[in-house]
Parts: sequence; C-alpha cells; structure tokens
Amino acid sequence: MRAIWKKLPAAATLAAAAVLGLGSTAAQAQGKTITLCWAAWDPANALVELSKDFTAQTKVNMKFEFVPWPNFADRMLNELNSKGKLCDLIIGDSQWIGGAAESGHYVKLNDFFAKEGIKMSDFMPATVLGYSEWPKGTPNYWALPAMGDALGWTYRKDWFAKPELQAEFKKKHNRDLAAPKTWAEFKDVAEFFSGRTIDGKKVYGTYLFTERGSEGITMGVSNVLYPMGFKYQDPKKPYAMDGFVNSAEAVKGLEFYKALYKCCTPPGLTNSYMGEGLDAFKSGQVAMMMNWFAFFPGLYKDPNVGGEKIGFFVNPSDKGKGSQLGGQGISVVSYSPNRSEALSYIKWFATPEVQKKWWALGGYSCHKAVLQDPGFTKSAPFAAEFLTAMDQVVDFWADPSYAQLLLAEQKRIHDFVVADKGTAKEALDGLLADWKKVFKEDGKLK
Amino acid sequence: MSATEPFAIRAAQATPAPLARRMRGLSDRAIAWLFIAPTMVLLLAINIFPLIWTVRLSFTNFRANRPNATLAGVGIDHYVSILTDPDIWGPMQATAHFLFWTITLQTLIGFTLAYLIDRKFRGHGLWTTLILIPMMLSPAVVGNFWAFLYQPQIGLFNYAVSFFTGIPPSSFEMLGSVKLAPWAIVIVDTWMWTPYVMLICLAGLRSIPDYIYEAAEVDRASAWRQFWSITLPMVLPFIMLAVLFRGIENFKMFDLVNLLTNGGPGSTTEVVSITLKREAFEKWRTGYSSALAIILFVAVFGLANIYVKALNAVKNR
Repeated sequence: MRAIWKKLPAAATLAAAAVLGLGSTAAQAQGKTITLCWAAWDPANALVELSKDFTAQTKVNMKFEFVPWPNFADRMLNELNSKGKLCDLIIGDSQWIGGAAESGHYVKLNDFFAKEGIKMSDFMPATVLGYSEWPKGTPNYWALPAMGDALGWTYRKDWFAKPELQAEFKKKHNRDLAAPKTWAEFKDVAEFFSGRTIDGKKVYGTYLFTERGSEGITMGVSNVLYPMGFKYQDPKKPYAMDGFVNSAEAVKGLEFYKALYKCCTPPGLTNSYMGEGLDAFKSGQVAMMMNWFAFFPGLYKDPNVGGEKIGFFVNPSDKGKGSQLGGQGISVVSYSPNRSEALSYIKWFATPEVQKKWWALGGYSCHKAVLQDPGFTKSAPFAAEFLTAMDQVVDFWADPSYAQLLLAEQKRIHDFVVADKGTAKEALDGLLADWKKVFKEDGKLK
Repeated sequence: MSATEPFAIRAAQATPAPLARRMRGLSDRAIAWLFIAPTMVLLLAINIFPLIWTVRLSFTNFRANRPNATLAGVGIDHYVSILTDPDIWGPMQATAHFLFWTITLQTLIGFTLAYLIDRKFRGHGLWTTLILIPMMLSPAVVGNFWAFLYQPQIGLFNYAVSFFTGIPPSSFEMLGSVKLAPWAIVIVDTWMWTPYVMLICLAGLRSIPDYIYEAAEVDRASAWRQFWSITLPMVLPFIMLAVLFRGIENFKMFDLVNLLTNGGPGSTTEVVSITLKREAFEKWRTGYSSALAIILFVAVFGLANIYVKALNAVKNR
C-alpha cells in the first residue's frame, strides 16, 4: 500500500501529461511560429494577407522569408541542401520537385492527403503534374498546387484603339489592329509599333525575356518554341531527344524569337527578366509585354498603365498551342521541427473557401472549385486568358539535374539570340549534346 | 627597479607566480610554439583543411545537392575533362583579355596620375582625395551604378559618347554588344582600381630621396634622363607590386562582371570565376568544380611565384 502511495504522484504526473498530450493540436500549436519561404513578388504579399486567417484559426504565427527571384533558387536550394531549418514550408519552383523529392528535402504527402481527405483530383491536372508529382505521371505527391502560373501577354489597349493606328494597320495588313492570336500576327503587330512615336515618345513593339543568369531567356524562348513544335523528348520514348529538341520546327521557332528580339525590342534589354519587363511596360516603352500571369493583378491596378488602358492575351499559337508553365506547389520541408503545424497549414490552404479568398486577394488558385466556377472567367480581366493558358502549359525538365539542363539552354540560346554566335541549328544541336551528356552522367541515357 | 632594466626581465618579474611556475619547465621554443599555435590551428582549419578537402573532392563524383548519392572515385577524369573541353577556353580567354587590358591601363594611368600628383601644386591634396573615391566604393554599388550609366536610352555614358562623337546614344549598347561588353567591364574596373595603383606608385615616388635628383641636376641630367635613370628604376618594384596585387585580384574577378553582364551577352564576358560559380553552385557539379578550382589555384600560384622571383630580382638590382 505504501508503495502505491509513493508511486501516486508520479502516476498523477503521467496522467496529466497524457491528458495534455492528447489535447487538441491547436492548443499545442498556440504560440508556435512557422516560417514560409517563397519568392519576393506580388503574390507573396497576398499570401501574407491570406495567412492572417490561418493564424486567427489555429493561433500558429506565420513568419515569411521572401527572396527576390534572381536569388531565389540559389538561396533556397542552398538552404535545402544544407538541411537548414529556416523554412517549415516552402513554395518551391516546379523544376525543383525531382531533386527535392529524390534528395529527401520535401515530405511525401500521400499519406497526409489520404488521412485528411485532400484529393488531387480537386486541382487542375496540369498543376498537379507540374507542381506535385515526382516521378511525373505517377501518384507520388510532394507538394500541394499553390500558385498556378504561366507566361502570358499584356498589351496597350489604348494604343491599339487609336483610330489613326487602326486605319494604318488595316491598310497595311487588311485586318484590325487587335491582340494577336498567332505568331505571324504577333510579328506584324510588333513591327508595326517598333520605332513609332506615341504620345511624344519613341516606342517598341514588344518586350521579350533575355536574362542570362537564371532562367529568363529559356522561359521566353520556350513560349515560341512550344507552339512551333519543339518537344523535349519522344513522347513514346523518354529521354530520346534526337529530332525533337533540334527539329526543323524548333529551329524555326528559335530563329523567330531572334528575329523578334532584333526587330522589335527596346535597346539595352540584353539581360532582362520579369522586373525589367514591368519597368519597360509601365514606362510606356513597349506595346506588348511577355510576363507571368502572377504580375497581371498588380499591373491592372497600376494607376498609370493599368485598368482599361491594358488588355491581356494568351500566348499566340502557330502549328500548335503551348505556354510556358510557371507557378509553384507548397511543400513541407523534411528538416522542419514544426512538421505538424506546417501540415496543418497545407490542410487549411487546400480548403475551397481559402482557395477562393486566395484568388480574390491576387493569388492564382489551382483548385477546380475556383477555376471551374461559372463566374471565374469574368472575375478578372485576365481570368479567361489564364484558364486558357493553364490548359496548354508545358514545363521544362523537372529532373534532379534540372539546373544543369537549364544552364545549358541559357548559354546556348543567349549565345545565339543575343550574342549572334552560330546558327539556330547549331545552338539546338549543341543543346542536345549538352542534355545528352547530363542524362548520361545521371544514368538515364546509355 | 630601474627604468633601464631590460624589458624581458621586467616582464618576467611581472608574471604572476603560479603562471611563472607552470612555464618554468618550458623552453623558449616551446613557448614560441604555444603562442603561434592558435594562429596555426586557425590557418589549418580555414585554409589548409578546405584546400585538402577540395583536392579530395576533385577526384570524386560528389554533388553537394545530392548528399544521399553514392560517392565514387573518378580518378583524374575531371581534370582531363576540363583540360580537353573547348568550352573552358572561352572563359580563359575572356579572363586573359580582362587581365591584360585592366592591368595595362591601370598601370599606365595610375603611374601617370601618381607622377602628376607627386608634383607640389595648389590643391593637390584635394585632387588626391577625389581620385581615390572610386576605390573606396563597394563593387556592388559600382556595378549597379555603371549598369545605369551604360543604359543606352537613359545612360549618361552613351550621352557623353554621343556628345563628343555625334553617334546617336541609343545606337550602341555597351553591355549588350558582343564587341563592346568586354571593354565596358575593362572601363569600369579601370575607373575603380586605377587610384589603387596610383597610391602604390605615389608611395614609390615619394620614397626616392631628393638628393639623388639634386646630384643629377649637378651632373646636368635632363628631365627625361632623370625620369628614365632614376624615377622609373626606383619606382619599378612598386609598380610590379601593384601589378601583382591587381593581377591576383582580377584573375578572380567576379562581382563587377556578375553585376554588369552576368557573363553575357551569350558567354562573351564569362570570366573563369563566373564559370566556376555556375559549375559549383548552380549546376552543383562539386567534384568537377573542385578540379577547376585546383587548376586555377595552381595556375595563379605558379604565375605569382615566378612573378615574385622577378620582383625580387628587380629589387636586388
């Protein structure tokens, strides 16, 4: 009996601990802070606003680590490779998924999705394929589609509407001056505006990505290559790239991109990406600008060039259709000490109500509850174009060696387009040789 | 204790008794080692160990972004691959072009400026300070600042060239043209680092005793003869030192090139340090980039050694 009395305090402590331990996750999480890492851009500000609801519901505080795009990959991949604990959640680029999955940086989410009733069929198929799956086409999920994005176009509707320009264009091309639907039309419009003086200022036809360091020129040229028939590999035989990467259509596409760059872009933009494009467009230098849909809500709100002054159009077609996929999925970092709180954020973020608010705040939801809503296409001036673009997206390689593959393309394309080195055929043949070398090193090609 | 007592004796007497007891058994050599040991340990940890580790990695297939992958030895494959890769000679040539022209221009202009500033004239102190300003700026500031100056539509540089030559400012792109971009970087580096060379040359000029010139005057040596036979030989070790410092610095040039052109247009200005960074931290070919780093290290170390021998020969002449 005495022994029982002696053990009673310990038993009581144990019982109390058990009761506390079984308490709600919310109670446990109170006062905890989790860090979400992403790029520093407009949608990140929308996410900060949206996440206030999560904190209100769960009492988990949110901290954000936003890195400017040019340094985003370097900074975050270093963080992951060094097994850093800075990020509990990461909205990583779509190309990282292969490497992050195979190196164990991301938590595999299949069991969590099954347990919480999160269905991938609730999200647009292209976004699930692009942002969540590795290996591609298999039901292995490493991220929840978070931010849908694709390369699209915005144009100066007010310039296009000028009667004198309308008349001149019609006389020259026998059609109305309107947002182009094909690449041939696009070139006509770009040439028409280039060198013209509008509102007392010399303007140019278009803005194209030419950035050399990270991914800019590859993303830009892909928007032309896809519709013209470029393919990464034989659809029936993975990693068989001969005659696809360097096909006659791909050569034509690359030559076309260079011709556009030479004829119709403002001088000095030889190493320019998203930010420089926004600057060129906002300062009234260009009639049409290539950029990510993610920037269009902010651009539409711009007091100088926004609102009714601008319109949006989906990437022009040629032989086929195609738009470069952007966007990201949200993943839980394996090295996070706050895994349960991070997972609770994903659970919260996947709900249709949150997804609707995400879109309303300026984020691009990938949830069908948002995108297939009958009112969606009218909900923003670029919504219908976004939906069309997401139906025709193509993404770059997402293999663990994506960085090597990307840098090889950056070099080959920039050398040809900007530095005038060699021919388009030589550039693509060289690219094919570079890619084969990488896949051979990886053991994916013999 | 008198003030004339040797310092060592005074220091020994001032040593606390317990410490003195502990040290009594140690030889002078042991005490000397004890004092330099922390520095040696630090040097080994931050210089020698990483170097040995890099050499080791250069013989493997290691990739820092795939820590779970099996590490395998590849022998000298990386070295062979680098030395036989025609693509690596592009960055090597870009580096050589950059090195040759920056050092030539900086030495010529730096020495000329030092020679002019060395003359006593009104306000020479102010001019010295003004000339030194560029080298005091951060390379990040200089890179961004010149990127704006070179902008063909709004850049002051293009307008200045236009003003003097009549060429329309938007008709040429300093950073976007294959022909002009390498020179654009040479101009910025020269603008920034010529004052440094000037400073070293100025120290050399001021170290020449006046009596040598006075003796030359007595011998009726012309100004040119004085320059050729006194000034130049006596200042030559300083010039060579400046060339050595700038050569080593510019061989590893990264910041300005990264900010101005990022190696572009195409790969025109891709100096070897940009290639190294891309291989190591963008492509994550750690083994390969370690081999490249070792090759560069051996090249710089070898060249610097030969150069230092030449410098010593000039000094001892």
